[in-house]
Amino acid sequence: MAKEFDIPVLPTYLEIPELKEGIMDGEGPFKSAQEFQKPLGFPGEKIDNWQQVAIDKMGELKSKYRSVQVFLDSCVKCGACTDKCHYFLGSSDPKNMPVARQDLFRSVYRRHFTFAGKYFPKLVGAKELDDDMLDDWYNYFHQCSQCRRCSVFCPYGIDTAEISMAAREVLDAVGIGQKYCNQILGKALTIGNNLGLPEPALRDTLLDLEEEIEEETGVAIKYPLDQKGAEILLITPSADFFAEPHIDGLIGYGKVFHQDGVSWTLSSYASEGANFGMFIGSYDIMRKAALRIRKAALDLEVSRVMVGECGHAWRVAYSFWNTLSGVGAGATDEFGQKLQDQLDHRYPQPQHIIEYTHDLIQRGKLTFDKSANDDRTVTFHDSCNVARATNMGGIPGGQFILPRDVIKAVCNNYVDMERSTIKESTFCCGGGGGLLTDDLMEIRTKGAIPRMQALKAVERDNGVNTLTAICAICKSQFSKVLPKFDFDPYMIVSVHQLVSEAIIMDKPQTDTDDATSAETAET
Amino acid sequence: MGVFNSSTIEFESNMSVISIFFTALFYISLIVFLVGMARKIYQFWITPAPLKIPTAPTSLTQTGVVMRMMREVALFESLFKSNKWIWLFGWLFHAGLLLVLIRHMRYFWPGDLPEIFLLTQPFKYAAFAMVLGLFGLMLRRIFVERIRYISAPSDYLMLIMLLIIGISGAVMTFTSNHTDVIMVKEFASGLVSFNWANLPTEVHFLVHIFLVFVLMAIFPISKLLHVPGIFFSPTRNQVDDARSKRHISSWALKQEQEHATRLEQALGKDE
Repeated sequence: MAKEFDIPVLPTYLEIPELKEGIMDGEGPFKSAQEFQKPLGFPGEKIDNWQQVAIDKMGELKSKYRSVQVFLDSCVKCGACTDKCHYFLGSSDPKNMPVARQDLFRSVYRRHFTFAGKYFPKLVGAKELDDDMLDDWYNYFHQCSQCRRCSVFCPYGIDTAEISMAAREVLDAVGIGQKYCNQILGKALTIGNNLGLPEPALRDTLLDLEEEIEEETGVAIKYPLDQKGAEILLITPSADFFAEPHIDGLIGYGKVFHQDGVSWTLSSYASEGANFGMFIGSYDIMRKAALRIRKAALDLEVSRVMVGECGHAWRVAYSFWNTLSGVGAGATDEFGQKLQDQLDHRYPQPQHIIEYTHDLIQRGKLTFDKSANDDRTVTFHDSCNVARATNMGGIPGGQFILPRDVIKAVCNNYVDMERSTIKESTFCCGGGGGLLTDDLMEIRTKGAIPRMQALKAVERDNGVNTLTAICAICKSQFSKVLPKFDFDPYMIVSVHQLVSEAIIMDKPQTDTDDATSAETAET
Repeated sequence: MGVFNSSTIEFESNMSVISIFFTALFYISLIVFLVGMARKIYQFWITPAPLKIPTAPTSLTQTGVVMRMMREVALFESLFKSNKWIWLFGWLFHAGLLLVLIRHMRYFWPGDLPEIFLLTQPFKYAAFAMVLGLFGLMLRRIFVERIRYISAPSDYLMLIMLLIIGISGAVMTFTSNHTDVIMVKEFASGLVSFNWANLPTEVHFLVHIFLVFVLMAIFPISKLLHVPGIFFSPTRNQVDDARSKRHISSWALKQEQEHATRLEQALGKDE
């Protein structure tokens, strides 16, 4: 059960806490049940010979992933990462220091796979994989949001996310899955999105949205679903269809597409940008989710694939799609090759919605009334997966530059948070990596402290009242944790919500006929 | 060479037990080091990196990656960003060790030294940087609570060994407790040219080389593997070009070919 805990007081300055051993000990998030495990190919419950299976799986993973093998061998325990994890800074539990988290896995690796650990376990800190260790794995590898901040600061680039993914994969292999991720994956792989929204429901939602926007703006903006032959297929997190503040971002995308006059569509078969296969470390499941998107792109005969505001979705799309399903270049199988022939390679494939909007702004295709956002002083939260694992615009640091450019193009008051908490050093929102579930609220709240502290500083010093992000998980997490730290929960918005508020739409049937020509051309 | 040949004849009959022991230890350690490192590097080499995972700030070109790796190896760029004290002590130690090692080549060089070795003469002072760095790292390991928490006995032991090596070396160089450098040279160059010779038997010298040989032997089975490890680290050595170039591992490609149709058919079907 999710236990009661006190909401910590936000410090004026972020300090490295003294260690409080065992403070985040616990049973971890709710465990997955048979009904969610089986469809993913995992045992329904903890198997009898779990120890042997786990060790074998570790051996398999370290032979399949160079990252795992090299990272397990290379750590010198220098301590550089020990004060870099938001979960450690927020919770004081030493097992949330990146190296200590890795050591839960590394100590077992040493015991079973290294000479020193086999013959001198005490000397090198090698440990047996017993029940206690397995419990620690489940608990503490679900207190890692795989945000990779530690990897930026490690002299060898050791990435705890890789170890955390491997550990979760081992846990799944012995039948101990996390309910939140595995239940969601079941929906994503059968229905097509994490919410389990079937096609009719999705269609209704989009129709409602169209009506709402037309009522409010007088412009008939369409949200096409399964429209064959559209130019762009938009893959966006399903949260965008459903809840505040996400849906205001979706409204923004629609307005930008409308102004550009491009034809676009969503897919009911692949109506999810998020790919939780990454969180549980499964290459195969991640690939399955990616293949749904490839199939949708092929079926709908689109020439461009675009990704909405979602952090890890953009990581999977930008860094992994080409590997998993051959979206951009170099595919060897017939489906991948067919898709590559079909896509328009004048555009990057896949392209981020921020890249698209940025490009339109650069080319002067969009006009804004920036004063529409004058009631806001805005700051931008770099979402970890976008910031540390992707690029935008094909220029160094483009993933930091483009979103800020877009924000500055649509509002007058922009302030960055402290340098050590943004860009490649950004602090995770506290809810990434499969942790966005109520049963992990304590670690989510504590892990948000470093970000909240930096936000508090710009609120105090610069009057910041709006926090923007381009990640569905960040937005959901902030909505939940902001009020715990005396912020307005509605201060978190999509970047495309700001775009949406400032964009000047060409309205049909205005004073002159000329103004309608753009609309006519589109329809 | 004539001088060396005659001495060869002499020591073969005269080699002390302790010299035989150290000579044997050197070769054993060297073989363990070479075989162990070759195996480990081979393992790193053949283990595929199935996904592109470079960490920001990434390089978009191969040249950029090479530059990044050079900065990482020579300047400890990431460590500098991370923690100035660890960087300072770590860099002092490594830079000092490198210079000291270069200077040690004079002992292994058979025969007269080329003039270039004169340039390495001042490198002896690097021993101070090395020892200072090691002390700093040791103090942090003992007194910084977070680092103490993550330290195993072997982490202290490694520092102690290196400290003893550094201090014993400095003692021989900078105090009156010199050892017979000519003898050292004959021993060391003899190891390289298989003209085995006796070694001096002052305790601090023996401790010095004993620990160096031990360190050599445990290199491939300890955290000293960070030396090859950094070059194989995917977050540092990958080019950030996933959208324009397909990156795929051998096992994933094989899997893809074997299961291609099955996966396509299974897609979207309810369980």
